[in-house]
Formats: sequence, C-alpha cells, structure tokens
Amino acid sequence: MAAKVVVLGGGVGGTLTANLLSKDLRRDIDVTVIDPTGMHVFQPGFLYVALGQANGRWLARDERRLLRKDVDLVVEAATRIDAKRKVVRLSHGEEIAYDYLVIGTGSRLVPEQIPGLTRGAHEFYSLAGALRLREALRTFRGGRIGVGVAGIPYKCPPAPVEFILMLEEYLRRRGIRDRSSLTLLSPLNRAFTIEPASNLVEPIMERRGIELATFFNVEAVDPDSGTVSSLEGEEREFDLLVIVPPHRGQAVIDDSGLGDRSGWVPTDRSTLCHQEHSDIFAIGDATDLPISKSGSTAHFEAPVVASRIASAIFGTKPKDVYGGKVMCFLETGGRRATALRFDYEHPPKPPVPSHFWHTANWAFNRLYWSTVPLGRIPEVGYRKTPELDAEFERSST
Amino acid sequence: MSSIQVDILVDARGMACPGPLLGLIGAVREGTVGEVIEVTSTDEGSKTDIPAWVAKARHDLVEVIVEDSYTRFIIRKAR
Repeated sequence: MAAKVVVLGGGVGGTLTANLLSKDLRRDIDVTVIDPTGMHVFQPGFLYVALGQANGRWLARDERRLLRKDVDLVVEAATRIDAKRKVVRLSHGEEIAYDYLVIGTGSRLVPEQIPGLTRGAHEFYSLAGALRLREALRTFRGGRIGVGVAGIPYKCPPAPVEFILMLEEYLRRRGIRDRSSLTLLSPLNRAFTIEPASNLVEPIMERRGIELATFFNVEAVDPDSGTVSSLEGEEREFDLLVIVPPHRGQAVIDDSGLGDRSGWVPTDRSTLCHQEHSDIFAIGDATDLPISKSGSTAHFEAPVVASRIASAIFGTKPKDVYGGKVMCFLETGGRRATALRFDYEHPPKPPVPSHFWHTANWAFNRLYWSTVPLGRIPEVGYRKTPELDAEFERSST
Repeated sequence: MSSIQVDILVDARGMACPGPLLGLIGAVREGTVGEVIEVTSTDEGSKTDIPAWVAKARHDLVEVIVEDSYTRFIIRKAR
C-alpha cells in the first residue's frame, strides 16, 4: 500500500517537498498538499511592489499549476493536527490521515502584539500592506521616515536594510531626498543580524546619509503623534513609519500543542524532524531553528525532508542532513546588490555590491516560477561551480 | 554558584551571535518587572553585547559567571 504523506502549506518548502516526493517515489506514495488559499505567493516581491517597481499580479500563482499532477491539493484550512491518531482535521470537520506529515505552514504577522502598530505604521510583509505603503509613498512630499522591526525572528532578515537603501534611491529619483530624513531603527547594536553583512552595509548607509539608531526594539507606536517608543526606553518621532510586524507560528500549531510558546515547531536542526514525533517534519518559517526565515532556507530544506521520508518508507538508513544552508541577495540600490551564502558552520563573506549580483537577483526573481517550486534548480547559488565561487571570492570584503 | 532565584532561563548555548542577545530581548519583552532572567551563552560576543544592551535598556546586570565552557548572565528586569 502506498504511504500517505500530507504536506501542510503550499509555500516554497511545501510545494517543493511534495513535488520531489511525487517525482522520486511515484507509485509508492500518495502526496496531499493542504493549503488554505490554494495560491502560491512569491513574498520577496512585496518589497518591489511597495516601491512601485513591480505589479502585484506577478506575485501569485495557482498552487495547482505548480504541483505535479499526481499530487492532490486540498484548498482548505487545517485546524488541528492529532499526532497520536495521525490525522489532520480541516475547517469543515473532515479528517485526512497520514503516515508522514510535513509542516510548512510558514509564519503569520501579529501586529496586534504592539500597541498602535496597525494604525500607526506601514509594512511591506503582506500584499495589502505593500500596496498601502506604495500609495503612501506616492503621495509623500518629504519628512522624517523611520524603518524598523518589532520583533525577532522575522522573515527575510535583509529586507529592512534593503528597503531603506532602495527607498533612499526612490526619494532621490523623485527629487524629495533633500526634504527627507531616513532612520533605520535596529534591534541590535549594528544594522543587521549577520555581522559581516552589517560591516558591508553600514558604510553605504553612512555615505547615503541614512541614520542608524541601534538597540531600538519597537515596543509601541502612538499613531496620533507619530511617536515610536522602544523597549530600551527611547522615543522617536516620524512622519512615515515602516515597521516589520512581529511574527509567530500559525494557529494550527498552537492549537495542536505542537509548537513552542511562539508557535514555532521544535525541530531537529539536522534531520528537520519534530523533536517529539519521528513521523512529523517541519520546514521553512514554521521551525524554531535559529536561522533565517526565508524561502531560500525552505528551498534547501525540502530535498532533505523528501529524502528522509523516502528512507523511512523504504526502511533504508537516512543519509541526507540539513547543514543550515541559506543563500539570498541583498539589494543596495543603484542597481547593485550583494549575496549572502552561509550555513551553520560558515558565516557569509558578502561580496562588494555589484551589478553582477543585482542581475543575478533579477534573473532569479523572474525564473522563480519555472524553477524553484518545481525542483529544477535544487542547489541554486550553492552549487559549487568554479565561476560562482570565483565571483564570491573575487569581490569578498 | 549564584544563589539568586531565576524566573526565566534562556539556554542559548551553541547559538551564534546575536542569538543569545535576541533570546534575552525576547525574555525581557515577555517578562514582568522584577523577574530574573538567566542567559547561558557559548558565544564570545555575548560578553560585550549583552552588558551593552542591559546598560542601554536600563535593566540590572546582577552577575556574570564564567563557567568552564560557557558564560551565565543574570539580569533583573528593572522597569
């Protein structure tokens, strides 16, 4: 009898895992993806939408069209996972049984955790938020802009830095840079969580006249005065605030008693197996792993999860482990970007921002739909080619 | 050994910088005034960034205890 694998979530990790399992195991497996919307969203694009550089329409595709034909898709919310009975309950009461479960439910935004945030600040972490911010920027005539984060972890750690650098360029292009000030409110004593990347972007920010306010963890926003206060006891006033909302795991994880106090799934960092359930795997944002919450992470985790489930089904010794691989780009404005490639053991050595990496990012974004979810470039950016390694080494700081 | 009663333990051993500091910030965010938080860290950077953040945020760094392979930071949430 074919093994039943249920994948919760049709994001990068869920879609890729389902496709890899279906492709490799064919008749030995029944794969079902459960997703509440049936739409696959390319979230890195929100940044470009907010800055008027992209149309929202290219960010979403029908999940059905990204999955292999033999993968079932159920478009409904999962409300409970019963790990003892090995079933997933859906919002209409139906239950779907599994032999192996993959949790790829991502993260959710919880702006309500910060008083005043929803009304007092913009964000570009949802399509609706990015569209609202685009309109606010379009009518902006100059003033004080603050960009910050209201909780860690959050998706795509470079995004606030990218946003402020690209926004600076946007204001110059519109001829209102001299009437505007820009401040990055960083929760740490540097611009970015990863120190080598911080060392790279801080001089760029200084050259562009972007203020860096360190140790500023957003605690509350007063929408009427435009004041944002920090956990450290400081207050700053802005005309336009852009704050990444706090994130936490999905409600189904909380409600099923499978997560930690923030709703993240306790996950083994190498096997990606749930710490307490050997038939449940977690992937992407949903895990509690202390690594970037990004599509890239899910992209590199998916082959490991697929391979380990295949080994479990065939009774062979699992051989693939996740080593913490992540590869992402960081746009610095002016059609330049750098790249961050790292894993558990090796911190990134980001190259000096160049047109090469901007073009690579541009090409990746455009090729995403026909490659990543379908498993066509499983090792993008990490495959050891002499040309790519040379590009990293040639311009490393 | 410290004899202070710890209310929240953040075991950040094995985490790279800035994991231990972020663990502390999260604990302070969720804790109540007067509670004692202990952060254990194997990261060398914690020895500078945790005291720097505690000073900036005006909490009390009660004690720093250097063990054989890690460091314990005892912090009281002061406000």
